[in-house]
Amino acid sequence: MADTAQPKLLEVRNLRTYFHTFAGTVKAVNGVSFDIASGEVMGLVGESGGGKSVVGFSILGLIDSPGKIEGGQILLDGEDLVKAGETRLREIRGRDISMVFQDPMTSLNPLHSVGRQMDEVLRLHSELDAKARHTACVEMLESVGISRAEERLKAYPHQFSGGMRQRVVIAIALLARPRLIIADEPTTALDVTIQSQILKLMRRQIAEKGASMILVTHDLAVVSEMADHITVLYCGNVVERGRTRELIEAPAHPYTRGLIDSIPDLSNRHERLQQIPGTVPDIRNLPKGCNFRDRCPRAQALCAEVEPILTAQRGSLSAACHFPLSPGETA
Amino acid sequence: MFGYLLKRLIQMTLVLWVVSVIVFLMMSFTGDPVFMVVPIDATDAEIAQARRILGLDQSLLVQYWRFISSLVQGDFGNSYVFRQPAMTLILERLPATVEMVLVAMALALAVAIPLGVYAGANPESRISRTIMAGSLLGISLPGFWVGMVLIFLFAVHWGFFPSSGRGDTAEFFGLRISLLTADGWHHIILPAVTLSLATMAILLRMTRAGMMEVGRQDFMKFARAKGATRRDVLYKHGLKNALIPVITIFGLQLGDLIAFATITETIFSWPGMGKLLIDSIYRADRPVIVVYLMLVALIFVIINFLVDIVYTLIDPRITLK
Amino acid sequence: MTAFFQSEFFFNYRRSSSAMIGSALMAFFALAVLVGPFVVSQNPYDIAALNLMDSYKPPVWLDGGDAQFWLGTDGQGRDVWASILYGARISLFIGLVAMVASCAIGTLLGLIAGFYGGLVDSIIMRVADIQLSFPSILIALFLMSAVGTGVDKVLIALTAVGWVVYARTVRGSTLSEIEKEYVQAAKVAGLPNAKIIRKHVLPNVLTPLIVIATIQVGTFVLIEASLSFLGVGVPITQPSLGLLIKNGFDVLFSGLWWTSVFPGVAIMMLVFGINLFGDFLRDELNPRLK
Repeated sequence: MADTAQPKLLEVRNLRTYFHTFAGTVKAVNGVSFDIASGEVMGLVGESGGGKSVVGFSILGLIDSPGKIEGGQILLDGEDLVKAGETRLREIRGRDISMVFQDPMTSLNPLHSVGRQMDEVLRLHSELDAKARHTACVEMLESVGISRAEERLKAYPHQFSGGMRQRVVIAIALLARPRLIIADEPTTALDVTIQSQILKLMRRQIAEKGASMILVTHDLAVVSEMADHITVLYCGNVVERGRTRELIEAPAHPYTRGLIDSIPDLSNRHERLQQIPGTVPDIRNLPKGCNFRDRCPRAQALCAEVEPILTAQRGSLSAACHFPLSPGETA
Repeated sequence: MFGYLLKRLIQMTLVLWVVSVIVFLMMSFTGDPVFMVVPIDATDAEIAQARRILGLDQSLLVQYWRFISSLVQGDFGNSYVFRQPAMTLILERLPATVEMVLVAMALALAVAIPLGVYAGANPESRISRTIMAGSLLGISLPGFWVGMVLIFLFAVHWGFFPSSGRGDTAEFFGLRISLLTADGWHHIILPAVTLSLATMAILLRMTRAGMMEVGRQDFMKFARAKGATRRDVLYKHGLKNALIPVITIFGLQLGDLIAFATITETIFSWPGMGKLLIDSIYRADRPVIVVYLMLVALIFVIINFLVDIVYTLIDPRITLK
Repeated sequence: MTAFFQSEFFFNYRRSSSAMIGSALMAFFALAVLVGPFVVSQNPYDIAALNLMDSYKPPVWLDGGDAQFWLGTDGQGRDVWASILYGARISLFIGLVAMVASCAIGTLLGLIAGFYGGLVDSIIMRVADIQLSFPSILIALFLMSAVGTGVDKVLIALTAVGWVVYARTVRGSTLSEIEKEYVQAAKVAGLPNAKIIRKHVLPNVLTPLIVIATIQVGTFVLIEASLSFLGVGVPITQPSLGLLIKNGFDVLFSGLWWTSVFPGVAIMMLVFGINLFGDFLRDELNPRLK
């Protein structure tokens, strides 16, 4: 990404977010760095429990006790959000950076009408009068593909289907024209048939509005269609990143390889689905050396001793691995 | 909507009918009210005569029929003690009880909701723990004893407040209301505080539990992600959702206040219908007890109905069926 | 036993100061009612032991206090401390017995309603519904006004208001329990209903009752105290803590506060202890809240 000439919208530097529980400290995000230019879509990929959602919530300053941002910088146009106060963060939330949650069934307030929940964003972040806000809500609802928007504004969330609710959530996220949208598994809770509709909608809306997006997901198939860049997280660390095409076709990190091989391939349905052996290690008590070594077919003695750091590989790729894969090589 | 109202009306009538049967049976099996109305030196003939007038010589079924038909006609009989219609006696004292209950409820809500929201939003803080311990103490205290201690401290010892009675009242649409005079307020504070403590503690605990439950919901975090202030998130998004379980017990709490008002009124000599009930129990003044119970049953049934209506106004997911 | 001391329950218990305080208060009262009468110098209900010369002595730390009566005495020269120990016996006895009776009757009715369903279920549950829409204290007050005073009558009144909560809980868990496959299998295998209920249903519906039962003892102590305070509870010969307060209330306006204030403090400590412990139990036994 160093090769892009565009100015950086968001730079995350060495972010560390820990959760201090009774059972020990969970280092959910432990030294993550990445950046996003205006108009870019970045996929943030990893297994469940890999700390991907925590990155999103850290950017918005929505980490609740017992969690805490322990260190690092989150620079939005050069302004460090880790140091920003709650008042400043509130201005940024919804206006500069907005978020789409995983489960549309629970992310809307069941007791407020859809119109009221949309209006809230504009009341917080715009100077528009009631009438102008209403018009803006109607237009936005129509643009995310909800017909009869005028009357749907009066409806309550329980009167919508899951897919429709996620459209509403996306409409809310886009309403104040944010420059960055963090979408946390936006399609995971939806029916497969709805998933691609929602993804297409998001891609179109982002392109139209010139916004950037962080797409947090466990599903490489989804990001490979959507993202310009991909960052792969494992145990709270970035293990690989690079341009989508290069990373999907020939990853350098064995973990990425494993993720790609576990995507079902319809053109090759007789081949047995691959899976990554083993499970994510206990994140409260990470071993010395490489976190992935117990599950890695290429692990050697060095991997148990020295933790690999993210280093440039071929093309746009960087990977944190002592023994990176060459193109065409399987793990 | 009409069907719902009709169904509720039938339900309410049925409940009141069951209550009337129970009240009648309990009254019939206990004591002989005839001795309340005859002089101590009455002859057997006079007693039999009084018995006939009261209808006590008839079979239970006939007695119940007479009982229920006069109830339906609004004739609740005369008090044995006051020789006046029992209904008039109760209705005269109803405003005093209602105003004390309402002040107590307002007090309970005014304290319980903000503290409950705070304790639910900051469950780990020291202040929340103190609030919760205090509320547990609140439901562990005998209410009548608190009233007594308040009387001793504020009335007997320091003399800040009067220890008994209702003070001056003002007429309002023919009702005597003490909330319209400064002296009335002066008198109502101690009994209302006494009465409100238990309800305050329970509402506080319910609000807190509701807030903690709601606090885990995604929509609260989504509201924060929109940039809403913490206050707005807690009160506009959280509280309304947290109040749903509180509303379901609100009717019961109001009922409890009316019930416990009997005790509070007795301690503070507050001239309400609760004190009248206790006095009537001492004197076995059966018609007054019956009117009290039937009236209170009617009030409870209406409160429960209103609570259901409020429920549907707050929660769009629930419709009247 | 060692398994208990190593359990998560015991671990959490040790860490919860409210559970510790609650059980300490409960233990104190258990001890007080068991051995209390043997350690106080005076039986407050033995007329021969009373001396009118000792009447209305204030607590020992006030002027005129007597070291023999550290919480003072009442109008008959009765030691307030001894009265409290005897009164707590009666209060706690009523609370416990009424709880056991409510629990037994309520559980039985709940099992019947849940297991057999149909008309019997509807009747039991409608009665429960109607009863629940009225405050317990009012029902108890009304019953007492009808049947007259006495420890046995208080027990009847409390049981009459107390069974409902068990019946509803047990019915609910019975319904979900008999849906389960092992109960269905036992039915298909032809086991008699009584045996299915006893062996399969009952053990699985009891846990939630522990919390209800604990808290109910405290509630019953308070209701009994209220009834006795109003003069429709226990008779003068068996004064519970509530009746002690009532007797003290009559002389409160003369400034003789100790005869009513201390029995109230005793009720408060007893019920507070029960509620603290009950709260802890609820948190531990209800995994949903964890």
